[in-house]
Amino acid sequence: MHISEGVLSPGVLMVGGIFTLGGLFWGLKIIKTEDLPKIAVLSSTFFVASLIHIPIGPTSAHLILNGLVGILLGWAAFPAIFLGLIFQALLFQFGGFTTLGVNTFAMAFPAVISYYLFSLFKRHSKLLFLGAFLGGAQAIILGTIFISIALLETEKSFLSMVTALLTTHFPIAIIEGIITGLVVSYLKKVKPEVLK
Amino acid sequence: MHLEEFAEGNSLLHRIDPRIKIITFLIFCSFCSSSNHLKISFLYLLYGLFLLVIAKLKLKALAIRLLAANFFILFIWIFIPLSHPGNPYFEIGPFKVSLEGLSLALNITLKCNAIILATLSLLATSNIFSLAHALLHFKVPAKLVTIFFLFYRYITVMHEEYLQIKRTVVARGFVSKTNFHTYQTYAYLVGALILKSFERADEIYKAMLCRGFKGFFPLLEHFTLKKVDLIFGFLSSLVSILIWLKI
Repeated sequence: MHISEGVLSPGVLMVGGIFTLGGLFWGLKIIKTEDLPKIAVLSSTFFVASLIHIPIGPTSAHLILNGLVGILLGWAAFPAIFLGLIFQALLFQFGGFTTLGVNTFAMAFPAVISYYLFSLFKRHSKLLFLGAFLGGAQAIILGTIFISIALLETEKSFLSMVTALLTTHFPIAIIEGIITGLVVSYLKKVKPEVLK
Repeated sequence: MHLEEFAEGNSLLHRIDPRIKIITFLIFCSFCSSSNHLKISFLYLLYGLFLLVIAKLKLKALAIRLLAANFFILFIWIFIPLSHPGNPYFEIGPFKVSLEGLSLALNITLKCNAIILATLSLLATSNIFSLAHALLHFKVPAKLVTIFFLFYRYITVMHEEYLQIKRTVVARGFVSKTNFHTYQTYAYLVGALILKSFERADEIYKAMLCRGFKGFFPLLEHFTLKKVDLIFGFLSSLVSILIWLKI
């Protein structure tokens, strides 16, 4: 879902960068020193999880799990996703440095929304799966919408590509929702204090 | 996982101060990404190739990286020339191909590859820890650099944990298919990894406290700027700017 170097116009890159800086600033401000290792190691785990390929019919898709990142980390999702994308750009050349702002915001802002969405559901243990499902699915859909806006603001003729992007991400959103729901139910069973 | 295969080497670019490399990289990126002309983008690609030759990177590994990175670009070549409204057109069978669309796709491809070449030759030639160190010198918040450092350190550890769980699952006859059972298995696998990371993070924090951690890593070794660093930084930035000014 991350846009490569050289695609977006400088204006769009700047706006994405400013939004991401805002999120990073707030995220870093509310992180306590004792939480630093937790956020770092969870980020590594999500980085590893994004290498897992899930079969969907004849093809496969890698996990994104930005909804789950949000549910577990809240605003700290901004630094976590930002650094994850830096490593992907540096180590695998996925995404890129100039598009870091746009890509981070497109993934991390929906993650923060998942955090608030899930907190509405988490007191009712029967609705836990539903809350996590919505959080996980919403994070992919909203993220794809942000990416689409960035592409369309750059170039109107990206429209057919944006349509393809949105249609292919719909099944991915459902699967991400199911997996997020299952992970949260598992955590609830095994170590409920993780979900606070 | 071998993550830093390009950081090993002894070329000029491997020896340049990482701070200088980060600055020249940022200058290169910001000018290159705002290029609208095919000729300018092509010159940036040539300059990227030139940096690559100085960095003496392993060609086979490099080719694999470039192929993977151009995957997204492939979609642009499929969609843009067919849907761009710009004239003139030429027709191939039932499809109308826009020339403007083609030049847009070509421009994106040139810029993308130029920046990737610069990333590989300027940033990937330093190891992650010296880049983190350089970030501290640039006054990047210590919290962010601390997460950066630990994040990178634990990628390989968590990847080994993942492989271990995966082996256990496969040993019990798990086959990955499109069904609920597969999704559940992967979800529980991720859940188990998350629990391991909570436990691991707790241990790390206690170990750090025992060693007197106060919220940041003190810098013990310092970079020293040499003449060659300054000359490289100056010339490299100059080239990036001159290309942009079409000189």
